[in-house]
Amino acid sequence: MTENEVKQVALSVLVSIAPEVADAELQADKPLRRQVDLDSMDWLNFLLGLNEKLHVEIPEADYARLVTLNDVVKYLVAKLP
Amino acid sequence: MNPLSVIHKTSADLRVEPNLLDYEKTRKTFTWEAAQAELAGLPGGGLNIAWEAVERHAAGVLRDKVALRFLSATAPPRNLNYGDLSRLTNRFANVLKKLGVAKGERLFILAGRIPELYIALLGSLKNGTIVSPLFSAFGPEPIATRVNLGQCKVLVTTDFLYQRKIEKWRETMPSLQHVLLVAEDGGQTNIPGTLDFASLMAEASDAFEIERTTAEDASLLHFTSGTTGMPKGAIHVHAAVATHYATGKYALDLHADDIYWCTADPGWVTGTSYGIIAPLLHGVTSIIDCEEFDAERWYRILQDEKVGVWYTAPTAIRMLMKAGAEVARKYSHPQLRFIASVGEPLNPEAVWWGKQVLGLPIHDNWWQTETGGIMIANTPAFDIKPGSMGRPLPGVEACIVRRHEATGEVEVIEEPDTDGELALRRGWPSMFRGYLNNEERYRKCFAGELYLTGDLARRDADGYFWFIGRADDIIKSAGHLIGPFEVESALMEHPAVAEAGVIGKPDPMLGEMVKAFVSLNKGYTESEALRSELLGHARKRLGAAVAPKEITFLPTLPRTRSGKIMRRLLKARELGLPEGDTSTLESGGSA
Repeated sequence: MTENEVKQVALSVLVSIAPEVADAELQADKPLRRQVDLDSMDWLNFLLGLNEKLHVEIPEADYARLVTLNDVVKYLVAKLP
Repeated sequence: MNPLSVIHKTSADLRVEPNLLDYEKTRKTFTWEAAQAELAGLPGGGLNIAWEAVERHAAGVLRDKVALRFLSATAPPRNLNYGDLSRLTNRFANVLKKLGVAKGERLFILAGRIPELYIALLGSLKNGTIVSPLFSAFGPEPIATRVNLGQCKVLVTTDFLYQRKIEKWRETMPSLQHVLLVAEDGGQTNIPGTLDFASLMAEASDAFEIERTTAEDASLLHFTSGTTGMPKGAIHVHAAVATHYATGKYALDLHADDIYWCTADPGWVTGTSYGIIAPLLHGVTSIIDCEEFDAERWYRILQDEKVGVWYTAPTAIRMLMKAGAEVARKYSHPQLRFIASVGEPLNPEAVWWGKQVLGLPIHDNWWQTETGGIMIANTPAFDIKPGSMGRPLPGVEACIVRRHEATGEVEVIEEPDTDGELALRRGWPSMFRGYLNNEERYRKCFAGELYLTGDLARRDADGYFWFIGRADDIIKSAGHLIGPFEVESALMEHPAVAEAGVIGKPDPMLGEMVKAFVSLNKGYTESEALRSELLGHARKRLGAAVAPKEITFLPTLPRTRSGKIMRRLLKARELGLPEGDTSTLESGGSA
């Protein structure tokens, strides 16, 4: 999978949780939770959704590294099975 | 192991002698007058929360002690000692004076856990201004509703939140005269129609004479959700300070040298009463984490900040449990000596998890926005019955009652282990003094000398209370009360929605999750796209913390003959429970 394909998957998971994102301008290099109103449950569901779609394990210890959409995409690409 | 087995305390649990050692004796000898006498009172007479929380210490040996320590992921920690806090809150009180904000007028704060929130709150109390902290995750609608209900004159928020949640809706809030903005990047703000917080503070004097408030003058306004109408503004008074102090002492067991961490956001009553006021009254150092929940981060804070007393919530505890014991074992926190939880009943497994993984059992306690402070608690010296909220604190008389709807009478049930409504004998100082502009609703909360809590509970033979559920349809999600009506109203604003019914669906993490049932207007058909659209619509208006997480389409919603949507029936169906008495159900319902 290319970086762009991974990004599209991540966005689709995000939109399924927060559909209002679709009409917002998302800046991939800015903290995601500053731009999208996600509570702790939404965030957890986002990470679980990524795991489901891409079969990438995201251990709790790595959560703090996933701040921007770019962080998320880079992390996933590196760990793709 | 049976998770319901009683946890007996050992010497390891009692490294510091608890403040409440003899339950019966202390309850017998305790008086609220004596509790208030442990505080100073305003010189020359009167009572003011900010004087007790800040000035009393700033004028004495605690002047240089850290009062608040702010942690952030992107900046070094920032400490405010009691002296700093005195000076900065004086400045803010002077800012209000200069703006012509008088005693009794209302100021709202919409911000994350930034220093300015704490400064504005305490500074307002010094000025006699009534403060209402709002949860910063609220969307524009809940914010505007509360601002208008509270006739808010001054709003303190950040440039980011203003542009996202206020600016476009400003004209719907005509009472707002001044908006003070904190620049999130630390600089100055320059947005038309607003004032820059930092500039005003820079020009203000460090000296301020506290407004001579009395015990019965209003201090804080906390909104709580109603089941049938818009949110209710519970009015609290400066007298509440005696409860904040006594409960900090008995329920949280605060000792002078403690480092204390309350994880609640000041947008909810716990984050104000116990995230700001109670620890300051005891002169302890409070840790404030400005970031969102993160398991690793939280364990690191417990370890690195040497937290001794920790007050948190069931949802957070369950998220830590989910993160696994391995994460917990990477950190050690030998200073941690007492853990308490509030927000919704803590399940017995979580109480035991604390003992097994953190090395300490978790002490559940119970109170509400209306009670202003902790009323019933598990305290350090005593056995914990996992799943129970504990026993009434000194100064609190709790009982179980049964309401007779026909006669309006309320009967006290003495028989143990009988289900009924939890009631409290009035007289504790932090009891709310009214619902804003709604005297009738306030009166309905009382039967003679009893405050009826709306929570169903039972008391066992040992005097421990057990929560059963709400007597009404209010949803408890992640420890926050959410009014179904507010959510339904937002959904109804969408042109596709004909009817909406909102319930709390049991959820292992949140306690309850907000779930909506909607029926559609003619010309609309159900589809995934429409479901997404409704979800997005609700989230934009209400914010993620209030909006539904699930939406289900139904052809029609069940209503009573008088036309009320039967949320209880929706919930029973969702859970596959017997539907109970449906005799008042409208015949057109889909039962």
